[in-house]
Amino acid sequence: MRNNASIFIIASLALTLLSFFLDRKKTLMGLEKGWKMFQNIALPFVNILILVSLVLYVVPPSLIVRYLGPDSGWAGQMIAAVVGSITLIPGFISYPIAAVLIAAGASYAIVATFMTTLMMVGVVTLPLEIRYFGAKVAILRNALNFIAAIVIGTCVGLML
Amino acid sequence: MMNFLRKKKQYLWLFLYLLATLGSFAFGFDPGKEVFGNFTQFFIEMVTFIPFLFIIVGLFDVWFPKEQVEKHIGQESGIKGILIVIVLAMLQAGPLYGAFPVAYILYKKGASIKNIFIYLGAFSSLKIPMLGMEIGYLGIQFTLARTLVSLPLFIAVGYFMEWYLKDKDFKINKM
Repeated sequence: MRNNASIFIIASLALTLLSFFLDRKKTLMGLEKGWKMFQNIALPFVNILILVSLVLYVVPPSLIVRYLGPDSGWAGQMIAAVVGSITLIPGFISYPIAAVLIAAGASYAIVATFMTTLMMVGVVTLPLEIRYFGAKVAILRNALNFIAAIVIGTCVGLML
Repeated sequence: MMNFLRKKKQYLWLFLYLLATLGSFAFGFDPGKEVFGNFTQFFIEMVTFIPFLFIIVGLFDVWFPKEQVEKHIGQESGIKGILIVIVLAMLQAGPLYGAFPVAYILYKKGASIKNIFIYLGAFSSLKIPMLGMEIGYLGIQFTLARTLVSLPLFIAVGYFMEWYLKDKDFKINKM
């Protein structure tokens, strides 16, 4: 099993017990909150898993390795950074996608770049951001984060 | 109403997929079976940790309410001020555009330009539920490496923005 399910199971049980011991009412409230959040994401999440399963069947891993693998170099990282900047994928959905990319042979540097631009750069939401901050600041923030994402990806790639 | 339709559409996807899978097994359509194999693996992976992650997130939410942290915004400066905005960001959830209204609140409360942009950086990459997902799917090493590299970088972005905007009449508009 790739994920560390046991860490989450043990941590959640221990925290629930501790919390229950300290305050029953709060604990029940917390569990209810957690359950509600889970309910909200469960269905869209399952749908994304369906989509990822389909795409994984259609796109051969060799293609992923070629364009996003360790040997794809700067071009691969730029692809990842640009795709991450222009797409608007909710965070929780991007993780299974990232895990699949790594399993299929994409490099850590490229996946980290993709994830970071996805989170910190938003071309689609730029008009909204401009309304809050003004054009100059919004564009500058996105540009700086785009550069930061490439640096982050490169460093993560060197560390792992 | 729109929400209701959207929900319905999501069920429709799932329903169509299950129907197609049933069909694949009934008629021996191999690609369908293989896709289902992928799906089962992903699904098991998900149900073995995400419900537990949300238990942790829910408990965090009641024990460390963001309102508590929000009270201290703007009063503290220096390292302490930076720490407070980062902790506040970590307690949030949702996409980045959900952070802009909060940035406005921070601005109104007198947070510095630097801290507002540090908040946006922390919001986008250090939210607790997202870190949990990241550990589950990409491993603790990846998560640690990415976090440790990101943190100084978006603090640097905060400092740069403050330096650049210092005498430029920076303001955040209310929507």
